[in-house]
Amino acid sequence: MPFLEAVRLALGMIRAQKLKSFFSLVGAFIGVTFLIGVVTIVNGMDRYMKEDFAAKLFGVNTFTLRYRPFVNIGEEPSREQRREWWRRPRLKIADYEFLASHLDLDVLVGVESSSQPEVVVGNKRSRSIEARGVSESHFRIRKIDIAQGRVFTQPEVEHGANVVVIGSEVADKFFEHLDPIGRTIRVGDFPYRIIGVAKSQGKVFGISLDRFVIAPYTSQIKRVVNPHNVVDGIVVKAPDPATMAAARTEVEELMRVRRGLRPGQPDNFTFETADDVLSFWAKIARILYTALPALVGISLVVGGIVIMNIMLMAVSERTREIGIRKSLGARRRDILRQFLVEATTLSTVGAALGIVSGIGLAELVNAATPLPATVSLGSIVVAVFLGVGVGVVSGVYPASRAARLDPVAALRYE
Amino acid sequence: MNENHVLIRTVGLTRNYAMGAEVVHALRGVDLEIHRGEYVAIMGPSGSGKSTFMNLVGCLDTPSGGQYWLNGVEVSQMSDDELARIRNREIGFVFQTFNLLPRATSLHNVELPLIYGGVAAKERRDRAAGALEAVGLADRMGHKPAELSGGQRQRVAIARALVTEPSIILADEPTGNLDSQTSEEIMKVFTELNDRHGQTIVMVTHEHDIAAHAKRVVTLHDGVISSDRQQTA
Repeated sequence: MPFLEAVRLALGMIRAQKLKSFFSLVGAFIGVTFLIGVVTIVNGMDRYMKEDFAAKLFGVNTFTLRYRPFVNIGEEPSREQRREWWRRPRLKIADYEFLASHLDLDVLVGVESSSQPEVVVGNKRSRSIEARGVSESHFRIRKIDIAQGRVFTQPEVEHGANVVVIGSEVADKFFEHLDPIGRTIRVGDFPYRIIGVAKSQGKVFGISLDRFVIAPYTSQIKRVVNPHNVVDGIVVKAPDPATMAAARTEVEELMRVRRGLRPGQPDNFTFETADDVLSFWAKIARILYTALPALVGISLVVGGIVIMNIMLMAVSERTREIGIRKSLGARRRDILRQFLVEATTLSTVGAALGIVSGIGLAELVNAATPLPATVSLGSIVVAVFLGVGVGVVSGVYPASRAARLDPVAALRYE
Repeated sequence: MNENHVLIRTVGLTRNYAMGAEVVHALRGVDLEIHRGEYVAIMGPSGSGKSTFMNLVGCLDTPSGGQYWLNGVEVSQMSDDELARIRNREIGFVFQTFNLLPRATSLHNVELPLIYGGVAAKERRDRAAGALEAVGLADRMGHKPAELSGGQRQRVAIARALVTEPSIILADEPTGNLDSQTSEEIMKVFTELNDRHGQTIVMVTHEHDIAAHAKRVVTLHDGVISSDRQQTA
């Protein structure tokens, strides 16, 4: 019997026995839905971590010099560790100026400190706006584009001018329909003139990246955000990973010399990069990807057993049909193929429905969460192969039983 | 008669079944020749071995001993697949219980042997439609067995048996499930096939009035032939 004839027959059988067919393909369906759904979500998280989280919060090819890590990932630091951190000298503006003048690589160097003082415009006030005191390179390092107005200049930083660039959410909050440029905003009790509004950067894990005011670190807010000339971090952005590594080595050496550390003595400062976050994420992703095949495997094995049982039932129910077909000239391989194709068609239809619902799941995740879930073609290909494979594997035994039936006995079967 | 015209030749055909520890000798050595164009009824009481003989002649079963030539080819030693091919090309079965596929239309039921014979779809359809027309069911092609009367079902089965233009029609109690009037109609179809087209027919029956339609009656008793006579209808 030609292959297409067998497929047509199998589809007819599925149509004729809808409920039974549904039960038999539900295993393949769930397995494939799961496969596509999980792969999609993990892929989405992966992209999210790399493109949004790491890039926006830490920057590409960027490291931050801090006196201790600000972001702790993985294990909790021990008490001794914490105590050691507290004993470390803080980073000062002088350290920044020293590094900026001594680093001879093609890198951007900036300084960053932040705090949440009260921000006031007229009778509106807020305590949830991040006030940053930075050098003029900050906008290039953090890729903050300007929607309106301008950023501040090096002379303005040198003079400690009270000028500020505000985030788009701050602009919306305080100046709903007004043009904020040139207006006054009070940051920690100091009046600032707004010279620019930044383009929106969106959200990370639901937290807005647009609730900030950025002023020169030399301006009045230094009393709030970097008192006693202590800064949060010194940021270095390189054009490529190699330069970044070189810059990091150079900064480490410069700092050790500056602080008079002897060889063998550990650094009393820390570098923070996106890599730390990403390597932690990679660990989680690895666990998810290792667990995934096991989970998908279980549902497919269960699905396969169900299909095998349904097919064994079908073989005994249709013993007479098999006898008739044999009497009309069906060879063993014709019967084998018929039942194998039927099992495979069942599981393939299940897999196809699973792909549709997996994509639906991905769309749902896309719509309901900030994760960018996109279905990968690879997972669909794997799903199809698994679907077909389960059908073939679970169909072989029932089909060979059918093929081996004795025609005389099969014809007499009631 | 010329040796070429011998369609079925059995020599010392035996068939034993193991029933637990006991061995049942269903056939104890049957020698029979059936020529092309004959219309033979195989008779005998139940347990006489006529069904066993039918299964062997129909290549559904293989003998325990003896030899069987069909159309000059020895089939007693053939493999399963070779027997399937012989069934497909040489034999058309008509069963007591019709044995149609319940979910398939008349047309599809008649097409089935052609599918296994590897006939292309278009030709298949035409030949199946032609066979149904020949048995007077041109207007029932799209009907499923459940929508047909007993007589109509048996006609579909006859169309299915004829569609491959087989050497022999093997009918196993073809009227066993039909009333006497419908039985007569079916017998008329067989007689016509034999008279007009010279179709060889071998029919198993235990009813004398059905056997009366055949031109030769072979009677089996305890696994051997007890009588073999020609008769005029």
